[in-house]
Amino acid sequence: MSDSQISNRKPETGAFFQRDREWHPQAYTPWYKTSVLRSPQKALLSLDNTLSEITGPVFGHNILGELDNDLITNFAKPGEMAIGPRIIVYGRVLDERGKGVPGALLEFWQANAGGRYRHRKEGYVAPLDPNFGGCGRTITDEEGNYSFRTIQPGPYPWPNGVNDWRPAHIHFSLFGHGFAQRLITQMYFEGDSLIWKCPIVKTINDRAAIEGLTAALDMNATIPMDSRAYKFDMVLRGRRSTLFENRMEGN
Amino acid sequence: MVQPLNQLKESASQTAGPYVHIGLTPNFAEIGGVYPQDLGTSMVNDKTKGERITVVGRVLDGTGTPLKDALIEIWQADADGLYNSPSEMRGSADANFTGWGRCPTDMDTGEFRFETIKPGRVPFKDGRKQAPHITFWVVARGINIGLHTRMYFGDEEKANGEDPVLARVEHRVRVSTLIAPREGSTYRFDIHLQGEKETIFFDI
Ligand SMILES: [Fe+2]
Repeated sequence: MSDSQISNRKPETGAFFQRDREWHPQAYTPWYKTSVLRSPQKALLSLDNTLSEITGPVFGHNILGELDNDLITNFAKPGEMAIGPRIIVYGRVLDERGKGVPGALLEFWQANAGGRYRHRKEGYVAPLDPNFGGCGRTITDEEGNYSFRTIQPGPYPWPNGVNDWRPAHIHFSLFGHGFAQRLITQMYFEGDSLIWKCPIVKTINDRAAIEGLTAALDMNATIPMDSRAYKFDMVLRGRRSTLFENRMEGN
Repeated sequence: MVQPLNQLKESASQTAGPYVHIGLTPNFAEIGGVYPQDLGTSMVNDKTKGERITVVGRVLDGTGTPLKDALIEIWQADADGLYNSPSEMRGSADANFTGWGRCPTDMDTGEFRFETIKPGRVPFKDGRKQAPHITFWVVARGINIGLHTRMYFGDEEKANGEDPVLARVEHRVRVSTLIAPREGSTYRFDIHLQGEKETIFFDI
């Protein structure tokens, strides 16, 4: 699984910066009802990273298929395409030091243009699009850049309050270089008024943290007469420097 | 005024939601033909060194009900205690062992299952040996930020007794939440999100 394409950089072995647990959502957020019975109630045990957290799986570009970063065609019948507003999502994966993260596996999933997911447990009345599966993946380049093509997902209602709606969003899963960097988040779209009404968005206390999950429309990256573009950067935990650390011999 | 540190904030976590399978295990979600197979379904092959084991378990909510929409990932060392990772500087891990697995909990029973090997011991920061363990990461609808925990092995009493991480647990009665009992070649590790038996989760 180790990737020769990123091995020309010296691997980093420092522990990760402490996670800011006030910036992230709390576990117990009763307005998002499902969290009530699924939130740990005891304090987390703080553990300065050992090798088990500092290391992590890294994925090679050889796992990627040609259409993995094109949700418009990767599930469509030959010659057909998914229905909906065509968009490109692009950006960089950085760490908290501002360094690009190369070789980061990104997996994304979303509803179709009508707000319907292709899933056995999904019952929304909006129809499935026979040409849309809803999943894609890519790996960042040497500078941490990524891009993929999709249709803009629709907002959808969900059972929480009687009339709660999710803003349009794309789910992201990220691997950095250490398992402690593992992260799942969601991307929202600039200008969507549902963002500020959503109980799941409101699990985050900090307005700046929510804005950090909101992609900007970038007219300069659009393809004229074809697709609009949204820019979405993501940040993974930074690593401490090991320069002056006392290390046991052979460790 | 002082100089700015110019550091960024980590992207805030959001729940994986009920449809995490679409993105992370699409074949399991019956979305065929996009990826040849789901990532993380197989950790070992015929040549993998080490003792073959099975790890099974469930994730239980505050009422004791198993989650049928959770997704688990595990990360562990090989039989010699080496990680298959570029950040592993002590040597080369077994090329026939990925060290990383991913499994959704069954949509009917809530059970997860990993076919893997028993890991070797990995040094702690100060050079003491940790007991063999597997790192777990749990996401699901209703979990706002992924939960990290560790599974230790019930038949490694001596190693567990000298493990520097387990030694940090103040309430000794909780240590057992991290230890999976062995039956044959199978270890059972149930993860309790809440309640008296709440599993120890780590801020790593
Ligand atoms: Fe969603």
